[in-house]
Amino acid sequence: MATYLEFIQQNEERDGVRFSWNVWPSSRLEATRMVVPLACLLTPLKERPDLPPVQYEPVLCSRPTCKAILNPLCQVDYRARLWACNFCFQRNQFPPAYAGISEVNQPAELMPQFSTIEYVVQRGPQCPLIFLYVVDTCLEEDDLQALKESLQMSLSLLPPDSLVGLITFGRMVQVHELSCEGISKSYVFRGTKDLTAKQIQDMLGLTKPTVPVQPVQPAQPHEQPFVSSRFLQPVHKIDMNLTDLLGELQRDPWPVPQGKRPLRSTGVAVSIAVGLLEGTFPNTGARIMLFMGGPPTQGPGMVVGDELKVPIRSWHDIEKDNARFMKKATKHYEMLANRAAANGHCIDIYACALDQTGLLEMKCCTNLTGGYMVMGDSFNTSLFKQTFQRIFSKDFNGHFRMAFGATLEVKTSRELKIAGAIGPCVSLNVKGPCVSENELGVGGTSQWKICGLDPTSTLGIYFEVVSQHNAPIPQGGRGAVQFVTHYQHSSTQRRIRVTTVARNWADAQSQLKHIEAAFDQEAAAVLMARLGVFRAESEEGPDVLRWLDRQLIRLCQKFGQYNKEDPTSFRLSDSFSLYPQFMFHLRRSPFLQVFNNSPDESSCYRHHFARQDLTQSLIMIQPILYSYSFHGPPEPVLLDSSSILPDRILLMDTFFQIVIYLGETIAQWQKAGYQDMPEYENFKHLLQAPLDDAQEILQARFPMPRYINTEHGGSQARFLLSKVNPSQTHNNLYAWGQETGAPILTDDVSLQVFMDHLKKLAVSSAC
Amino acid sequence: MNVNQSAPPVPPFGQPQPVYPGYHQSSYGGQPGSTAAPTPYGAYNGPVPGYQQTPPPGMSRAPPSSGAPPASTAQAPGGQAAHGQFGQGDVQNGPSSTVQMQRLPGSQPFGSAPLVPVVSQPAVLQPYGPPPTSAQVTAQLAGMHISGAVAPVPPTSGLGYGPPTSLASASGSFPNSGLYGSYPQGQAPPLGQAQGHPGAQPPQRSVPPQASSFTPSASGGPRMPSMTGPLLPGQSFGGPPVSQPNHISSPPPQALTPGTQMSGPPGPPPPMHSSQQPGYQLQQNGSFGPVRGPQPNYGSPYPGTATFGSQPGPPQPLPPKRLDPDAIPSPIQVIEDDRNNRGSEPFITGVRGQVPPLVTTNFLVKDQGNASPRYIRCTSYNIPCTSDMAKQAQVPLAAVIKPLARLPPEEASPYVVDHGESGPLRCNRCKAYMCPFMQFIEGGRRFQCCFCSCINDVPPQYFQHLDHTGKRVDAYDRPELSLGSYEFLATVDYCKNNKFPSPPAFIFMIDVSYNAIRSGLVRLLCEELKSLLDFLPREGGAEESAIRVGFVTYNKVLHFYNVKSSLAQPQMMVVSDVGDMFVPLLDGFLVNVNESRAVITSLLDQIPEMFADTRETETVFAPVIQAGMEALKAAECAGKLFLFHTSLPIAEAPGKLKNRDDRKLINTDKEKTLFQPQTGVYQTLAKECVAQGCCVDLFLFPNQYVDVATLSVVPQLTGGSVYKYACFQVENDQERFLSDLRRDVQKVVGFDAVMRVRTSTGIRAVDFFGAFYMSNTTDVELAGLDGDKTVTVEFKHDDRLNEESGALLQCALLYTSCAGQRRLRIHNLALNCCTQLADLYRNCETDTLINYMAKFAYRGVLNSPVKTVRDTLITQCAQILACYRKNCASPSSAGQLILPECMKLLPVYLNCVLKSDVLQPGAEVTTDDRAYVRQLVTSMDVAETNVFFYPRLLPLTKSPIENTTEPPAVRASEERLSNGDIYLLENGLNLFLWVGASVQQGVVQSLFGVSSFSQITSGLSVLPVLDNLLSKKVRGLIDGLRAQRSRYMKLIVVKQEDKLEMLFKHFLVEDKSLSGGASYVDFLCHMHKEIRQLLS
Repeated sequence: MATYLEFIQQNEERDGVRFSWNVWPSSRLEATRMVVPLACLLTPLKERPDLPPVQYEPVLCSRPTCKAILNPLCQVDYRARLWACNFCFQRNQFPPAYAGISEVNQPAELMPQFSTIEYVVQRGPQCPLIFLYVVDTCLEEDDLQALKESLQMSLSLLPPDSLVGLITFGRMVQVHELSCEGISKSYVFRGTKDLTAKQIQDMLGLTKPTVPVQPVQPAQPHEQPFVSSRFLQPVHKIDMNLTDLLGELQRDPWPVPQGKRPLRSTGVAVSIAVGLLEGTFPNTGARIMLFMGGPPTQGPGMVVGDELKVPIRSWHDIEKDNARFMKKATKHYEMLANRAAANGHCIDIYACALDQTGLLEMKCCTNLTGGYMVMGDSFNTSLFKQTFQRIFSKDFNGHFRMAFGATLEVKTSRELKIAGAIGPCVSLNVKGPCVSENELGVGGTSQWKICGLDPTSTLGIYFEVVSQHNAPIPQGGRGAVQFVTHYQHSSTQRRIRVTTVARNWADAQSQLKHIEAAFDQEAAAVLMARLGVFRAESEEGPDVLRWLDRQLIRLCQKFGQYNKEDPTSFRLSDSFSLYPQFMFHLRRSPFLQVFNNSPDESSCYRHHFARQDLTQSLIMIQPILYSYSFHGPPEPVLLDSSSILPDRILLMDTFFQIVIYLGETIAQWQKAGYQDMPEYENFKHLLQAPLDDAQEILQARFPMPRYINTEHGGSQARFLLSKVNPSQTHNNLYAWGQETGAPILTDDVSLQVFMDHLKKLAVSSAC
Repeated sequence: MNVNQSAPPVPPFGQPQPVYPGYHQSSYGGQPGSTAAPTPYGAYNGPVPGYQQTPPPGMSRAPPSSGAPPASTAQAPGGQAAHGQFGQGDVQNGPSSTVQMQRLPGSQPFGSAPLVPVVSQPAVLQPYGPPPTSAQVTAQLAGMHISGAVAPVPPTSGLGYGPPTSLASASGSFPNSGLYGSYPQGQAPPLGQAQGHPGAQPPQRSVPPQASSFTPSASGGPRMPSMTGPLLPGQSFGGPPVSQPNHISSPPPQALTPGTQMSGPPGPPPPMHSSQQPGYQLQQNGSFGPVRGPQPNYGSPYPGTATFGSQPGPPQPLPPKRLDPDAIPSPIQVIEDDRNNRGSEPFITGVRGQVPPLVTTNFLVKDQGNASPRYIRCTSYNIPCTSDMAKQAQVPLAAVIKPLARLPPEEASPYVVDHGESGPLRCNRCKAYMCPFMQFIEGGRRFQCCFCSCINDVPPQYFQHLDHTGKRVDAYDRPELSLGSYEFLATVDYCKNNKFPSPPAFIFMIDVSYNAIRSGLVRLLCEELKSLLDFLPREGGAEESAIRVGFVTYNKVLHFYNVKSSLAQPQMMVVSDVGDMFVPLLDGFLVNVNESRAVITSLLDQIPEMFADTRETETVFAPVIQAGMEALKAAECAGKLFLFHTSLPIAEAPGKLKNRDDRKLINTDKEKTLFQPQTGVYQTLAKECVAQGCCVDLFLFPNQYVDVATLSVVPQLTGGSVYKYACFQVENDQERFLSDLRRDVQKVVGFDAVMRVRTSTGIRAVDFFGAFYMSNTTDVELAGLDGDKTVTVEFKHDDRLNEESGALLQCALLYTSCAGQRRLRIHNLALNCCTQLADLYRNCETDTLINYMAKFAYRGVLNSPVKTVRDTLITQCAQILACYRKNCASPSSAGQLILPECMKLLPVYLNCVLKSDVLQPGAEVTTDDRAYVRQLVTSMDVAETNVFFYPRLLPLTKSPIENTTEPPAVRASEERLSNGDIYLLENGLNLFLWVGASVQQGVVQSLFGVSSFSQITSGLSVLPVLDNLLSKKVRGLIDGLRAQRSRYMKLIVVKQEDKLEMLFKHFLVEDKSLSGGASYVDFLCHMHKEIRQLLS
């Protein structure tokens, strides 16, 4: 096993790829019997400090339908200067530049350690990065102040030549012209009117006059950039201006009558932002950053009316089909998201309000464009401030950890086809020979657009084995997959990262053990979870749960060892041992359970789940719990109510929250002030330890988790209690005795019960 | 007049008069001789001839001397045309220079005379008729064209009447005119008789000439006896030209006057008389002052009037000649006479149905229960009791109301009455407001409404005991019980949405398209606004204006500006969504000037810079107004938009217009489309503006067609003004524009106003003209109303009126003051009612009538072909005069034109209306100009229409330089210009300085600073500032004229024989115009013909 674990880890580190199966069943039939689909989690821009990009262009297979890129898996005939494509077996000449090639003088892309390689492409104009701030002004004074400060701060973080723009909105939408001296200029739009892209561009004066007033031909090329740059200016030119402008931003001046919500034209603002970029910088990396302090209340994309007495939709309303604005709004934002995606622009949403802000309707803006979705209570919280700041963090080369306008292309060898992808992407609808008819996630294509990427952005990519049972793969044959990601690096270079991976085929009947051993249960859990969440977006919650359950049972039936009808005999091998537990926690997770979450929260959680890498995703599925005590160094403990002990400090990381929980005794000690007494310095250290660890997590996490410091009996302890396995509840408390753990007041089933049922069902011949 | 007189030259006399002779010369003679007076009378009655006679003599011989003037008169006679006036005028003229002199004297004499005459006046007619012997007639005929045709016919009436009294006297006077002075007076008495004369007269005139005219009156003979035999002839003399009116007879000078006046009417209208009489006399002949006494008739003939042609009969003989322009009624004379007679004493409004002095007269008003004529003027102060009578007379019953008129500093503005929470006291039924005419009964516990007769309880807090006359004891303590005009503070019930209004706002909306920038307009305007903003109207002693200001610029998109005081720099907000306009900001758009001064100044500095390089040529218009209106709506206040616009709005937006100017449409049935708006968008918009109390003032700076007809719809319906500066160039037009702008911004405006005119039972306001909007048939809604805007209201009978109680008007205007105070301004006016048509004709005001008719006609062009409109006017006018002739004038020859004294200028003024650019455009008049003038006239007051249609022509070098008073005007005809003089012409919009070709070098030097005529730049618009008396005087005079008018008049220096002279001649309205407009004389003949047709 160890070997596989190492192999998996090594692969992940090198290529950013984790397959659910690392040995592939050789026929379609066998593959379907494996229950967990053949799929991988791909982190296209996984940070590779050790991987210097090469400064030339990739060599492509000459077959028009293939165009795979030369990679270490290709067979090369050095004498003939030929290479054979490992996907289509086309034999290709090396280009002239490769004249000096030989076994000892190989180009990087042929070296095995360069299964992932990055090319820098010199072609095409280099466009600076574009940041368009879309700012809600219907905020409380201090919120607005905090937001203004954050924005002003961000200017200093932008590369000097990047372009920035500012749109503010409230009842009206204002597009600020940034190049004015002495007077600040803005174009104002009514917040209630849905405008087409063309109208917006006309009104902003972005369209070239059809009949030039004075036909000065040569002058026009100069004018073009000028026109578009009225709204988007290089930071270094206008940062003073913009800082002042932001400083002068006032709350939306229109009066808000008693009992009303402020009128917020978010829908139109986003529409204008999209239209503006569409008209000026199509197919250039750009980031629309939407800051909103409440739900859109008017115009297209409104989510709730302005009557305060009518609350914003809840899951309950949605179930009852009572959310009257939802469908229309969703459609509006979807349309915008698709347009933005088509132009390679990504949209971030920073929503800070105590109530919901309409993320449910707007989620597609971020989900389809690869933008960030951040949800907070106020702009005046460190959660927002630090999250926002972290967006502009830089890598070891001093570049932003963000990339734009990426296209991901997947090529497979003949035995495989592509079923789809799940992640922050949109389909480019490129059909090809390697595209499966069965869709999982966003399918029907071999290319996807990912407008915004960062080093952790991860897609789940699902495959289908298509080779027939009666035409088995030759022993030792390998299936290969090539991932080609074109993107705009934050240094404005265009780059191509190519990852080529291969796995062995195995006959499932004869070599099931191999396949079993090569199962990556973590990746599988995440990939299944993505499928589940993807389904949950469109299906009823219970259906998804039932589907997950069935898959789990089938998997157990397939790979468990048991005697029929004897649950006690059920065993799973090590490579599957954790999988049921992941599923148990997934079932309880906010991604599938909407109870106790608002639609916005669900949307936000699902958003992050669909883009984080494996490690983070696993944390989201099954939070990590550490225990601190005098008994020894901090140790991870079971996410179980039995871990909640009076003399422990617990640190729980759910990805979205970091909870520090002081056990009953510890809390009393702390109240008594022992930590301040010199003789109890060790207690002080104990208290400090989880805080330090939490800080460490906070430093690395994006978005900033909610940081909760609580103690036994504290109201916030609910965050912990709702996550742990309720092994002790009010129902079985007395049976378990009182020394261990704390009871959870819930009717949820515990892991034990879940497992019991699972075993029973797995061994049952009924299904 | 003098001028005229002089001009006319004697000659006529001789000739014309002949006619007269026929007449009673004898009578004349008689008259003249002695005091004539007596005779005259006699004359009148029978003898009209008498008049003529007088003249003749004069004519024949006299002519020479005084002659000149007379001549004209003479003509008159011939013409017989009733105009007596002319005659008179002429007569005097004759005496010409002397004349004036004479007059004076004369007048004095009259003074006394007048008294008597007074009575007569009305009747008036008398004069002429008679006199004009046939001879004259003929002569006239000849002159008049018409006459020819007409001639013979009508003799009858004409003369007859008029003459009567006055005539008699007149005749007396004639002779005198100079001399006799005294006579007249004596005669006066006779007046009554006057009528008699006519009879006599008829003969003479009747015949031929008629058309021409008036003369008759002269002949009316009564006039100067002196003439008698001769006279007649003399009159005729006028034969030639004469014809004119009245005086005609006039055997020259002498006679003239008398007639008119006269006596006509037996005195009925007492009040006036006294004062008036004198006036009359003057008027009539114009010069005659003297006349009056005596012959009032003649000259004055009017009264007697117009008998034009009548005389015919006899005279015919004379060879037809041209009607002497001096013999026809002269506006100048009438104006001068009224000035002299009525300018000196205050006009006290206490008496019902008084005719106020003319608008051209300076007079003070004392409010004693009726509204000042500055607020309300009526076409007639005596209304027929029944609609039948009204229909018969065809005299429109209309009031021209200027509710917020500015008053001279000597007159107090209306008192503000605060009735506290209960608000103003009103009749429960008709809702009329408490006024001096309300009758308190039952010891003061109740009052009876003077409008609807409803009996109302007096609320306890308002109770007051009555004195023995039934008057409330506190009547004189309460403005609403003792004054004609006053204001009430409105309670919250009178406010929109039951909320007291916020102070209004001004929004400046500036076109910044290429044209506006290039012409320098934007820079100029922004510079000016910086200082102008300190002079926003404020109320009473307020330290700063309550008015807030806002700024918008636009081309095909709109730019709003946030100038909130807390900002370091202004913020511009561009709204490109012109299809669906909205206001992008609330706070900071409308600001207090003082608080935001720094930001505003910075903005105004930057606007010209920001757009300096603009290439945008397209503009929008409707969205701009909409934006302003929405801004006011958002701010929940009323206000005014100042729009500075340059071009046809062709950018894609609501209200987009296309160029539809098509000169080929002129004189077709489709011509009316040029005056109609292109699209309904603007009406709808205007409606919304009115609802919001948003008044729009439009400043246009077109280089080409901008479709004023459409663009002015909103200003027009919101009570705004339109200013047009074609081909604006900063160097040439800035003074005019800035001065208009300053005035427009500074003037006091009432906002969000509703005006309602209530009348006593029997008549009803049925039609309204002016710049406003009406959503129902009674309420005049004015988004804004300033002190220049006038509303003309027409009344119709819906029942009988009662002679005893008269007719009452109450105009109530509810408005928001500049400071945001809601107020009600009330004007009350009581009119007499009559059962005799003569009373109606005696109490008319021609200026007001013209104001109404012009507005009526100008509205008519929207719906009917211009030709129809013109014909309608002529017909109506003919009917009015024919009705008079038929029912009020003493019988005289049909050939005699007899005009009522009060309407003797009707033909000349009407002709001016008919010839105006709107109704008869010349080739150089653009469609925009016509539309512009059309809407301008719609809200003009009486004084403005008066001078607009009949421009003032002032000789600058005639009187001694030391003489600082305004020189007397001369008639607007080329004949009156002497090439050795310099004249100033103004009509309220234009100002010309005409320089004769042979003006003395010294004058040229001192006025223009150049050494010779040829060095004067033609088209010069500014006189050099030179330190000499003449220059100072002329410039002072120009400044004075400008100060009188609501718009700045740009000066244009025109040299004789220069190209520009064409432009100038356009304003010489007594002459034939290039576009086909008739000359005064021709038109008069035409009118006469029409009248005769109606009579036969």
